[in-house]
Amino acid sequence: MSIKNEPLIRISKRDGMATWKSWAVRIIALLLSLIIDAIIIYAIAGLNPLSVYKSMFDGVFGTNRRMWAWIRDMMMLLCIGVGLAPAFKMRFWNIGAEGQILAGGIAAAACMIYLGSGAVPNWLLLIIMAAASLVAGAVWGMIPSIFKAKWNTNETLFTLMMNYIAIQFTSFFIPFWEHPAGSNTVGTINSANKMGWFPSLFGQMYGLNVLIVVVLTVAMFIYLKYSKHGYEIGVVGESENTARYAGINVKTVVVRSMTISGAICGLAGFLAVAGADHSISVNTSGGRGFIAIIVAWMAKFNTLVMILISALIVFLEKGAIAIASQFQLSNDVSDILTGVILFFILGSEFFINYKLKFSFEHREGSKK
Amino acid sequence: MTQFISLFTTAVRFGSVIMFGAMGEVLTEKSGQLNLGVPGIMYLGGICGLIGSFLYELHSPAPSGTVGMIIALVCALAASALGGLVYSFITISLRANQNVTGLTLTIFGSGIANFFGASLNKMAGGVGQISVALTSRAFRWTQPLTDGLGVVDKLLFNYGFMAYLAVALAILLSWVLNRTSVGLNLRAVGENPATADAAGINVTKYKYMATCIGAAISGLGGLYYVMDYINGTWANDGNIEALGWLAVALVIFATWKPARTIWGAYLFGALYWLYNFIPGLNRSSQEIFKMLPYIVTMIVLISVSLRHKREDQPPMSLGLPYFREER
Repeated sequence: MSIKNEPLIRISKRDGMATWKSWAVRIIALLLSLIIDAIIIYAIAGLNPLSVYKSMFDGVFGTNRRMWAWIRDMMMLLCIGVGLAPAFKMRFWNIGAEGQILAGGIAAAACMIYLGSGAVPNWLLLIIMAAASLVAGAVWGMIPSIFKAKWNTNETLFTLMMNYIAIQFTSFFIPFWEHPAGSNTVGTINSANKMGWFPSLFGQMYGLNVLIVVVLTVAMFIYLKYSKHGYEIGVVGESENTARYAGINVKTVVVRSMTISGAICGLAGFLAVAGADHSISVNTSGGRGFIAIIVAWMAKFNTLVMILISALIVFLEKGAIAIASQFQLSNDVSDILTGVILFFILGSEFFINYKLKFSFEHREGSKK
Repeated sequence: MTQFISLFTTAVRFGSVIMFGAMGEVLTEKSGQLNLGVPGIMYLGGICGLIGSFLYELHSPAPSGTVGMIIALVCALAASALGGLVYSFITISLRANQNVTGLTLTIFGSGIANFFGASLNKMAGGVGQISVALTSRAFRWTQPLTDGLGVVDKLLFNYGFMAYLAVALAILLSWVLNRTSVGLNLRAVGENPATADAAGINVTKYKYMATCIGAAISGLGGLYYVMDYINGTWANDGNIEALGWLAVALVIFATWKPARTIWGAYLFGALYWLYNFIPGLNRSSQEIFKMLPYIVTMIVLISVSLRHKREDQPPMSLGLPYFREER
């Protein structure tokens, strides 16, 4: 080929990058995105970005109470990410976490309301609620997977539709459960006797949230990495044909993994209702089902890495809300900042997976 | 009869919003790009059109509705195309995952829109609700020629110009996709980019163009919603996001055919608002009725996968990245 036709930049795949290098790339991307965010903050509010980042830090870690709110929300996001891991590792695009969370949330809230008069002790009620939300989420996740397994129905779009069915169901139940009457909101459930609320653990209000999610995270890590099921999920994700050739029943794996995925997302709904909000609304999932997809994807389905990423994202969210209230801006500024950071981190993967070669560099080994 | 007229006109106005969103996404998906950022793009189109005309009405000594309208259109088109460009760069050039990037674009777009929607007034030094009365009136202007036609006028000729623009664009898009060589090439890229590449089609260029133009069209949906559907105001109620997802659903319902988005959009509008016209519904049961568009979409999705009719299938490489050196 003549040099004239040589493109300016040539892209080739890397064989693999040292772990420290790949993390360096991600950290550089993160720093770049923070610079862009700083510019945005300056442009919008004319504030010194450094002092803004400082007040962000104070806003999240300033008091014990704020820090626990951060931990609580991080655990919630992590739980959903853990739930999505088996589905995504299988390359099953479960965009339906929002709906699965709501399905679990509705089930938990229903138990809380109808069994919360003291008929059963609190520990038993919590177990019933957890079981109900697991089942509800599992059903919500299983429906699209059955169609996927049987007729190869597009799961991305199917799970997306299931979200809206769940939202409408939530709105359907709210008038039955509303309190006070006519408010069209459920209000705090069992505020008097605190039935179905998480008891404090180790003296911490959100101790139980942490315990449940950490156990789940470690269990899912082991399940995906060391169990036969986890191996099958990995093979199906790499290539369905290979899986079939190896004698794996792809349909069973798809339905089973999606049921597990939905069940854990349903449990996240239980965490939200019993362990945080003590109420239910269409905002119980609050877009976290979508953000968790990004968490799961960036962590490459490694649930332990998800801890880091959800910690970062919730920090940004909480921090941005803190600066927003301090400087009297709208809370939505957090979505802008998070969006920019996610764009950069997503883009940075390219530089980890590919090598750029400029045509003006001397060409050794260009015949590869 | 008045009930029917009311349902029909509501359905058309509601449908026009999602028709823009869905048409743009059809164009994008025809190139193999599954852009889940449609809600974010509609947000960008809506808010930037609003900001442009708001600043114009605020600062111009004698603002005119027509100028405001042009400014709003230009701002909306530019902002949503820019959103599409960011998405294209990350997914096409940097080869990141399309679904995740699209979702991020939705988060980003809704952040921008709701942030400025909530604080624009304060930043501009005003008080109260943002409103662009003049521009909105220009958007909602209806031609007076057919006023004497009674019911026919009410049903067919009583909408702002963008409702007709939506239909015209859908027909134009349908023609481009099915009757021109550009459309043929575009479909080839979406079906099998490797073959298209081998045939000498510039895959990257087609993907970029389809995504950016598609985004610009989707953004008009947000603009129509803001200027016409809610009369030139802003509310941080998440409606645009819900409509954006409904537009994604409409793409499936229309089985990736722009012409089919026309009646599909009106049908969705009618289904969505049907609960208003059925007597005896309470607050609870009307929510079940609002599920209808989604349930209908699910049924279409299932039947498309069941029947395997070739012309109803999504583009073959939809959602898959294309790297020339990977086979």
